[in-house]
Amino acid sequence: MRHIISVLVENEFGVLARVAGLFSARGFNIESLCVAETLDPTLSIMTIVTTGNEFILEQILKQLNKLINVIKVVDFKDIDYVSREMILVKVAAENEKREEILRLTEIFRGSIVDVSPKTYTVMITGDEEKIKAFLNLIKPFGIKELVRTGPIAIPRGDKAMKIKEKKGEDHG
Amino acid sequence: MLKRTGAQIFVDVLKSEGVDTIFCYPGGATLNITDRLADCPEIKQIVVRHEQGAVHAADGYARATGKVGVCLVTSGPGATNTVTGLATAYMDSIPVIVFSCQVNTSLIGNDAFQEADIVGITRPCTKHNYLVKDVKDLPRIMKEAFHIARTGRPGPVLVDIPKDVTSALTDAKIPEKVFIRGYQPNYNPHLGQLKRALRLIAQSKRPILYTGGGIISSSASAELVKFAEMLSIPVTSTLMGLGGFPGTHPLFLGMLGMHGTYAANMAITESDVIIAIGARFDDRATGKIDEFAPKAKIIHIDIDPTSISKNIKVDIPIVGDSKIALRKMIEIYEEEKGEFAEFHKSIGAWHEQIENWKKEYPLTYVRDGTLKPQFVIEKVYEITKGDAIVATEVGQNQMWTAQFYKFIKPRTILTSGGLGTMGYGFPASIGAQVAFPDKLVIDIAGDGSIQMNIQELATAIQYNLPVKVIILNNGYLGMVRQWQQLFYQKRYTWSKIYSPDFVKLAQAYGAEGMRITKEEEVEECLREAFSNGKTTFVDVHINPEECVYPMVPAGAALKDMLLV
Repeated sequence: MRHIISVLVENEFGVLARVAGLFSARGFNIESLCVAETLDPTLSIMTIVTTGNEFILEQILKQLNKLINVIKVVDFKDIDYVSREMILVKVAAENEKREEILRLTEIFRGSIVDVSPKTYTVMITGDEEKIKAFLNLIKPFGIKELVRTGPIAIPRGDKAMKIKEKKGEDHG
Repeated sequence: MLKRTGAQIFVDVLKSEGVDTIFCYPGGATLNITDRLADCPEIKQIVVRHEQGAVHAADGYARATGKVGVCLVTSGPGATNTVTGLATAYMDSIPVIVFSCQVNTSLIGNDAFQEADIVGITRPCTKHNYLVKDVKDLPRIMKEAFHIARTGRPGPVLVDIPKDVTSALTDAKIPEKVFIRGYQPNYNPHLGQLKRALRLIAQSKRPILYTGGGIISSSASAELVKFAEMLSIPVTSTLMGLGGFPGTHPLFLGMLGMHGTYAANMAITESDVIIAIGARFDDRATGKIDEFAPKAKIIHIDIDPTSISKNIKVDIPIVGDSKIALRKMIEIYEEEKGEFAEFHKSIGAWHEQIENWKKEYPLTYVRDGTLKPQFVIEKVYEITKGDAIVATEVGQNQMWTAQFYKFIKPRTILTSGGLGTMGYGFPASIGAQVAFPDKLVIDIAGDGSIQMNIQELATAIQYNLPVKVIILNNGYLGMVRQWQQLFYQKRYTWSKIYSPDFVKLAQAYGAEGMRITKEEEVEECLREAFSNGKTTFVDVHINPEECVYPMVPAGAALKDMLLV
């Protein structure tokens, strides 16, 4: 099964290596991983897409929680969420095909971010289904290059990831 | 405020943490710190002969005392040599801190002389690790390192300190409290779950306590004894849990698992409720997972949530500290005693069954006139009456010790349970002897294992540490040979080994050397070794064909034991 997991971590060097290392050391697969700073620059959110059964997922969540630099782990399994991915795709576009590609891009509410005499570079954002659909339509024109961010996700509604601030613990 | 160097801060934090001993090895990158430590007589500095020895010694010190073991090593090879020691401590949840020194920050990443990415290398075998990039972070990071090592599920921490950080000046203070956003271990078990657990026990007819190293690290022995006695539940222990429950107690069944006792393995197999405390269902303890305790509901108390339901599906998970959990369970029991009337009436039949197993197949060995290792260990127990700290190496020597020496008190066995590190026992015994100069500290070794860190003999001599090393010498890597005998048609590939004359070798280092070849010599020789006040090697030539029994073949169910 495919899972989206959001991990709130300290924004420090080496944290990504710890998270990625945890997956590789235990033979868990990472399908995609997005990381960037949050509103609070001392924190980052990693959105990880992974696969595995219930048992593997439970281990992944527990092991992530165990890392010292991990502050919170959210599994989107039982949460209503919005997710988006962005792709940049360079597609062959000559002569009469240019019009067709432009139209498709508009329908998908994408934009042409770079133009050359023989190509368009198209940016599309959306959920997995939308991106898949666009790529299927554009494929016959000839895709020269494709990069994608992998999904990021956020719960719907007024739910937000909060950190419990605790007072410093007595040492020892 | 007056500015201090990183090296001075290093010394000041050690003092504020109450560190009285540091196991170390110098190098170019350590110089600023060693120079400061030289003015610090209240911290004993034990210089070893190999950095692996330093970590094992700190680990042995930590296991014997319950305090954090501390090491200081140099950059590059000094740091990489600590990996085995860190992995050993990590697998057994032992609080150890390795301070590795690093090349100057300006050189990091440039393949400088004696540079290694030790933070990258040790990431998977430490509970956490740090690279200190700025001297102003040093006091906080060191403080955090101690906090992380000793709290929650304890474990090793590495702090990598570049040389220029040790000479840089700062007015940063040592923080009084530690606050780490992502690390707030939960000690208090869920009361409702504990009540559910007790209700399940009250309904059981064949309960068993299965205890591990968590009992030792949370100092829960007294509570365990009280709980087991008030409910008269038999106790089996993992290798790591030995000493957590007195080995002489009538409720004790001995160790379970691959070389566990017949009674313990049968009791686990036939039990209807297992109360696992501070144990992680290691494959050496469970045998074949699918056939582990097929009739039992499982209650699992552990400080580390990742341990719960990792290998075995648990019915009642309880995250928390073993000592607190046991105390609460004792309280609940006392309030709800009435509900246990039926339980107490029926438990007799279970004890009877267990007594029969004990009588049917006790731990034993064949006395055939040759010198048997089990006999030697029985004698060690008889002479010490269990009042010694016993380290082991890994292999047959370790298993015979676990079987035939009765560990009565916690923190008296030092053994590499999880990683199975040959070469662990001798430096660990040195660490324990440093902590307890007046105690009898013994390392039970094999002729293979002792040669993995034999250089530490010089350390023992240099600091007058009267450790006793009993080498069960059979000319083989014994456990490998045993597997070859049983499962590889006696093709003893690679397991026959050459060894030096251990008596002469000991003497060359300045230690005492003794040799035993006959049963009659054992008692007198051991008595002499234990009372001579000197570092001593006792080279015991045992029957080379002797095997460790019972044995559950790898991948078999616990009930399918090979017996003597």
